[in-house]
Amino acid sequence: MHLSPDGIIFWQSGFIKLNATIVYTWGLMLVLAVGSKLVTRRLSTGLERSRWQNLLEIVVTAINGQIAEVGLRTPAKYLGFLGTLFLFVAIASLFTIVPGYEPPTGSLSTTAALAICVFVAVPMFGIEDRGLGGYLREYLKPTVIMLPFNIISELSRTLALAVRLFGNMMSGTMILAILLTITPFIFPIAMSALGLLTGMVQAYIFFILATVYIAAATRAQPPLKRERSPSPGNETEHQPRKDAPWIA
Amino acid sequence: MLIDWFTVLAQVVNFLILVWLLKRFLYRPILDAIDAREKRIAKELADADAKKAEAQKERDEFQHKNEAFEQQRAALLGKATDEARAERQRLLDEARQAADTLVAKRQEALRNEQQSLNEALNRRAREEVFAIARKTLADLATASLEERMVEVFTRRLCEMDAKAKADLGAALKSASAPGVVRSAFELPAEQRAAIQNAINETFSADIDLQFETAPDLVSGIELATDGRKVGWSIAEYLAALEKGVGELLQEKDKPEAGTGPKPKGPKPASGSR
Repeated sequence: MHLSPDGIIFWQSGFIKLNATIVYTWGLMLVLAVGSKLVTRRLSTGLERSRWQNLLEIVVTAINGQIAEVGLRTPAKYLGFLGTLFLFVAIASLFTIVPGYEPPTGSLSTTAALAICVFVAVPMFGIEDRGLGGYLREYLKPTVIMLPFNIISELSRTLALAVRLFGNMMSGTMILAILLTITPFIFPIAMSALGLLTGMVQAYIFFILATVYIAAATRAQPPLKRERSPSPGNETEHQPRKDAPWIA
Repeated sequence: MLIDWFTVLAQVVNFLILVWLLKRFLYRPILDAIDAREKRIAKELADADAKKAEAQKERDEFQHKNEAFEQQRAALLGKATDEARAERQRLLDEARQAADTLVAKRQEALRNEQQSLNEALNRRAREEVFAIARKTLADLATASLEERMVEVFTRRLCEMDAKAKADLGAALKSASAPGVVRSAFELPAEQRAAIQNAINETFSADIDLQFETAPDLVSGIELATDGRKVGWSIAEYLAALEKGVGELLQEKDKPEAGTGPKPKGPKPASGSR
C-alpha cells in the first residue's frame, strides 16, 4: 500500500521517472484541455447557447466573481493562474469516483509544486503591481523587527498550503482504502461522497487562499499610491489579510 | 520521503502547461464570448432605444399629421357644408321663383280664361236677355202703343231745353234734305200729322219731314237730321240698360282680378340635407 501515488512507478531511468502522479496529472490535463477545446470550439455569442457552454460560462464567471469579491480589481488578469488552481484541484478530487484512479493532489509532491507556484506567483504579481521596492517594503511593515516574522509567515503559509491539501486528499484516499478492507460494501460509497465534498472544499480553500495572498501582495497599500482608480464598492469590506487565520 | 523532487518539478511544469492550455482553450474564449454577448446585448438595447425614440418621433409626427389632417378635413367639410347649404338655398330660391312664375302665369292664364269666359257669358246673357226683351216688347207693340209713343215723342220735343231746341231747329231749317222721322211701324196719317204739327210748333217753322219705318228701333220714334237726333225708343232704353249692365260687370271683374287668391309657393323643406 502506497501513502502517495508517487510510489507507483511505471518507468524509471535514474533521476527521471514516470509515476502515477505524473501520469494521472497528464490525464487530467488532457481531459481539461480537450474538454475545453471541444466546448469552446463552437461558442455562441447570441442568447442561445449549448449546455456545456452554459456550464463553462457559469464556472468561469463564478471563479471570476470570487476573485473580484476577494478584492482584486482586474480579475481576468489572475483568472488564468487562480482558476487553473481551482479547476485542477477540483477535477483531481472529482475523478476519485473513477475506480483505480488516485488523485495527484494526494501526493505531497503535487501539492508542494502547487504551493511553490503560489509562493512564486505572489511576489511576481506583487512586484508587477507595485514595483520591486514597493513590494519589498511590505516586509518591513509595521516595523523592521517584523521582517523575519514576515519571511517566516511567507514560508510557513506555503508549507501549510501544501500540507493541508495533501493531508486532506491523502486521508480521503487512505480512509477509502482502509474501509475497503474492513467493510467492502456500501460504507465506502458514503465515504467516497464525503471525499468528493472534502475535495471541493479543499479546492475552494486552496484557490481562495492563493487569491487572498495575491490580493494582499498587490492591494495592501495606501489608496493614494495606487496606480489605478479604486473600483467602486466593497474594498474595505473585502480587505484581504496577509494571513488568514480563519482557514484551518 | 514523501516529497519526490523530480515529481515536484514535473508537476510545476505540468501545472504551468495546464495554465497555458486553459487560458488558451477555456478562459479567453469564454470571456470573449461573454464580452461579445454583452456588447451585442448593449448594442441591441441601444438599437431598441434608438428604434423606440424613432418610433416615438414617428408617432408624434403621425399624430401631428393626423391632427392637421383632421383640422383640414373639418375645415373642408365645413366649407363644403356651407357651399352645399348656399347651393341648396340658391336652388330652392330658383325653384321657388320658377314655381312662383309658373303659378303666376297659370293664374294669369286662368284669370284670362275666366275673364274671357265671363265676358262671353255676359255677352251671351246680355244678348239673350235683350233678345227676349226685344222680342217680348216687339210682340207687345201695337198701334195704340205707337200712339202713346207719338205722344211721348211730342212731349219730349216740347220739353227740350231751349239751347237744344234752338240747335235742332237751326239744323232742321238749314238742312238740305228733309228731317227723317223713323218709327218701328208704319205711322198712320193722323199721327204723322200730329208729329208734323208738334215739330212745326216747337221750332216755329214749317219743317219738311220724311217718314220711314225702322224695325230695329223695336218700338219708338226718332227725329234725325244732319248729325242730330232726338227721339224715344225702347231700343234706346235697352241700349242704356245694356250699357249699364256691361259697366256693372266690368266693375265686378276688376276687383275680382285684383283680389284673386294669392298662390302659395312651395314651402321650403327645412332641416333636410
